[in-house]
Amino acid sequence: MALTLQRGSLGRQGFPRRLWSSTVGKKAVMAVTGGILLAYVVAHMVGNLTIFLGDIDGYGVFLRRLLAPVLGHGGFVWVIRVVLLLAVVLHMTAAIQLARRAARARPVGYARRPRVQGGYAARTMRWGGVIIALFVVYHLLDLTAGVLNPHGVEGQIHANVIADFQHWYVVAAYTLAVVALGLHLRHGMWSALRSLGRAPGASSVMALVVSVGITVGFLSVPYAVLFGIVR
Amino acid sequence: MRYRVRVWRQTGPTAKGQLVDYEIDGVTAEMSFLEMLDVLNERLQLEGDDPVAFDHDCREGICGACGVMIDGVAHGPGKATTTCQLHMRQFDPADPIVVEPWRAAPFPVLRDLVVDRTALDRVIEAGGYISTRAGAAPDAHALPVPKPDADTAFEAAACIGCGACVAACPNGSSMLFTAAKATHLGVLPQGQPERYTRARDMVETQDDLGFGGCTLTGECTAVCPKGIPLSTISRLNHDVLSAVLRSG
Ligand code: HEM
Ligand code: SF4
Ligand code: FES
Repeated sequence: MALTLQRGSLGRQGFPRRLWSSTVGKKAVMAVTGGILLAYVVAHMVGNLTIFLGDIDGYGVFLRRLLAPVLGHGGFVWVIRVVLLLAVVLHMTAAIQLARRAARARPVGYARRPRVQGGYAARTMRWGGVIIALFVVYHLLDLTAGVLNPHGVEGQIHANVIADFQHWYVVAAYTLAVVALGLHLRHGMWSALRSLGRAPGASSVMALVVSVGITVGFLSVPYAVLFGIVR
Repeated sequence: MRYRVRVWRQTGPTAKGQLVDYEIDGVTAEMSFLEMLDVLNERLQLEGDDPVAFDHDCREGICGACGVMIDGVAHGPGKATTTCQLHMRQFDPADPIVVEPWRAAPFPVLRDLVVDRTALDRVIEAGGYISTRAGAAPDAHALPVPKPDADTAFEAAACIGCGACVAACPNGSSMLFTAAKATHLGVLPQGQPERYTRARDMVETQDDLGFGGCTLTGECTAVCPKGIPLSTISRLNHDVLSAVLRSG
């Protein structure tokens, strides 16, 4: 079992294999794909805020027209979808493989094991990731496919959103997911920088500010609808 | 004072172990944790029982032999303290103290609280050296080392290889240990020739030995008796990724 790989054998494989075969490499892949997902989440959050300008439907049309001469109508959205899918698959596969390796590394646990260190966000990365993944499936069925949406008409983004957040339980589901996302991002950003070999002094503060900003930005929409500010 | 302890007893590597309760009389607040175990062992021997096997050598916090899990915390409640430097005054006689061996697949239990930490030696062998010119000793100032680098290297060199970081890590990762070794050599001019291959080979060996992957939970630094900082791990990651990018 141990030491079956010859030392230095990493040097003779191609770059992707070399990277993926190392636990440090897998963490680097998680950091980079997490960065792509973070960039998407920020853009998505800012895009959602166009509902306060009264024309989120227009924003949807705008996205589908982006680069249309090159990619065709809606082509831009599909490029983003493919990139996101790839990023999610790599991110989750690395996370699952590292979790299984961790379980193998400690087959016998401790009889007594209080928490010593490690914040709430750090301890909930794996379950938080699962909650977010389940939410994304629901969310796509809700606001992209429309099948789980009370209104569910393609292109009528404003009406779909309003129909959703009339219901406290939809707001509650979105709140749970967005808070989980905020926690996931806080530890994720801090950790990703270190996985890539950087440890800037301000990274904890920066991670906190960005994740709170994303959480509040996302939650502003459902609560604005629930309280009748956006109708 | 009378203490109650629950100690992991296991007769051999393949035996099934269990926690056994003992009451220990005549323990004083000034005794170290290991001295408390000595008191227990003297009594067990007088009664014709097998003493509790535990690893120890220097009893002054420098050899790294003595680590055990005390109430679920590697090296017990003292901050930056080895088990041998822990005093009984830190414990409330009212609560039983649970004592377990380090738990990790690459650290098999040999007997009671003693585990085999050879795996850490294998990691060292993979890259914990420098290629040096043999011959007359160089002049003391022939090779200037900037003070901050010397301090970083010295801080990392304080690692005593106790394995507490592995024991505490929820992933069973030896990353803090490996990072300490790679930092201690990698920031000094003498360590430059092998800097990147060292980092790569030590991590590869650590992976092959069955240690978990680091997810930066920070449990390791919290219990490290030498306070090795998490920043050593960022440095190690940097060097490993540089090696992976370069070679091939
Ligand atoms: C309260 C918070 C959120 C609101 C109001 C919201 C709203 C929306 C809407 C209206 C769409 C459909 C856009 C369109 O059809 O053009 C959408 C798509 C999407 N959202 Fe959200 N979203 C929220 C949070 C999130 C979170 C937290 C994530 C991810 C972690 C996320 C990931 C996605 C994804 C992946 C899509 C699909 C993009 C596509 O392929 O069309 N959303 N969201
Ligand atoms: S890094 Fe700290 S906890 Fe880990 S082996 Fe070295 S001294 Fe022990
Ligand atoms: S016995 Fe040497 S460090 Fe504790």
